[in-house]
Amino acid sequence: MENYLVAMATFACLYALLALGLNLVWGLAGMINLGLVGFFAVGAYVSALATKRGGVPIALGIVAALAVAAVAGAVMALITARLRGDYLAIITLGFSEVVRLVASNEIWLTNGTDGISGIPGPWRGRVSPVAFNVIFLVLAALLVTVVLGVLERVRHSPYGRVLRAIRDDDQVAGVAGKHVLRFKVEAFALSAGVLGVAGALWGHYTSFIAPEVFVPLITIYVVLALTAGGTGNNWGAVLGAFLVVFFMEATRFATGWLPGLGPVQIAALRESLIGLSLLVILRVRPAGLLPERLPRVEPPPAGEAAR
Amino acid sequence: MPGSLEQIAQLAVNGLVAGTVLAVPAIGFTAIYAVLRFPNFSVASHATIGAFAGYVVNTAWHWPAWAAVAAAFVVAGAAGVVNDRLVLRPLRPAGALTTAIGAVALTIVLENVVRFVFGNDLRGYDLPIRRDWQWGPLRIGPQQVENLVIAVVAMLAVFVFLAFTRTGKAMRAVADDTTLASLKGIDAERVARLTNFGGMGLAGVGGMLLGLDTSIDPLTGFRVILSVFAAAVVGGLGSIPGAVVGALTIGMAEELSLVSLAPAYRTAVGFVAILLVLTLRPRGLLGERAY
Repeated sequence: MENYLVAMATFACLYALLALGLNLVWGLAGMINLGLVGFFAVGAYVSALATKRGGVPIALGIVAALAVAAVAGAVMALITARLRGDYLAIITLGFSEVVRLVASNEIWLTNGTDGISGIPGPWRGRVSPVAFNVIFLVLAALLVTVVLGVLERVRHSPYGRVLRAIRDDDQVAGVAGKHVLRFKVEAFALSAGVLGVAGALWGHYTSFIAPEVFVPLITIYVVLALTAGGTGNNWGAVLGAFLVVFFMEATRFATGWLPGLGPVQIAALRESLIGLSLLVILRVRPAGLLPERLPRVEPPPAGEAAR
Repeated sequence: MPGSLEQIAQLAVNGLVAGTVLAVPAIGFTAIYAVLRFPNFSVASHATIGAFAGYVVNTAWHWPAWAAVAAAFVVAGAAGVVNDRLVLRPLRPAGALTTAIGAVALTIVLENVVRFVFGNDLRGYDLPIRRDWQWGPLRIGPQQVENLVIAVVAMLAVFVFLAFTRTGKAMRAVADDTTLASLKGIDAERVARLTNFGGMGLAGVGGMLLGLDTSIDPLTGFRVILSVFAAAVVGGLGSIPGAVVGALTIGMAEELSLVSLAPAYRTAVGFVAILLVLTLRPRGLLGERAY
């Protein structure tokens, strides 16, 4: 039971990273990313291949995952920067499908639909499986703390203020002399980098990745986590991630008690519950449990304003 | 004979058929975009619903393919109206992107409703077995021809409706300028309902036509969604003639890519086409006018 709880807490931390990544780009900068599972997958594959085939240390693999995913995000933001948000929604969704297609078909690189197994994990094999799980949970929680700290700094900084201005009206931000394109590209790249790190950790934790892991449903989980927690609120993103994992596990037990259903039907029921709960939250409490609170800006002293 | 002239001609014929069939759901997607101004990703699940509705009347009641297509239209269209009223319309005040997120969630729900009822197995339609027609080196299946005819008839009906009927003109007016249309006394909600019925109905027909060639399962709609987006974006999001041109372009490009690409990458062609067009001509080949 403890093992199960530790594993679920670890997955919740990984979802928290994903939700934090999404919050940066969607909650703060107002750019939608409906293909975030694609960046997640890119990170997972880069780190898995670098550590397993390339033999680099795990830490370096994670950094590589961050870098490659960030570059992919920057390119995407550059292409769509001048277009309306609905194009970004279409393109990101398309991107994640293409990633899955490449992962399924470039067998020489990704081993196709069989996936990559035996991905190394930190101290895996040298400590007992129980200890490994605990170590990984601590590492993941540390990483969540670091990312949460950095993103909170961003949110309170003038930089975060510009991102919110772009979210609310990018023309006004542009008129105010902000280089909108640069901010958009940077925010998207940083966000994609965080998603990539989450993917890398996923691979090192479960030791196995395959295209079937990176389905659009993951994107829905993360959007659900962020929306439930509170779009624009980093703490909300973390809270939402834990709630979503709890909810998914609760449906596992609840549907297990239903008589007369096959495994496919139970899976279908659980997936539709996830979609349904996102729809309900969007409708009933779109601001989430912890709505965004704008950082207070001290008004400049009267004398300064007059000058 | 990879790359030979015969092969290219054969691929072009296949591309023409595939593009014409693709145009049907692409028109549905783009028409809904033109009137309601958000990318309604749930065309994917409505295509699946249409495919399964057609499957049920075809296998259980032995309706021929062309009649089953009509059932696909009606069932998917009705589902579209109900889902929009219950799920998406309340989200619209929150903005296009929130509604788009809602549409993705709706897709997941509907897809799983289909999975719950029918399971994950591949299912084939009950069709008479017919020999392919041979035309010199070219080969074309009677089912392909039937699909082509059904798709063309559906498209002609859309164009006649938009060009000549009062309701069609009202629809174009709303797509053009919602405020102006409502000043003229056009009931925008009624137009939205009709657009949803027609658009999702066309998605359903598209899903069934795509399934007639191969087989269907709960992911049928999702698998073609990338090509549908590509067709709509390449032609100009919100433009119905654009969706037709875009679909033919994507259909051709997907088939002709087989000369040098593995078949698995067919759907990636659409994505590359989206990126190219958005970089070079952001408003699509025909621009963003509704009609």
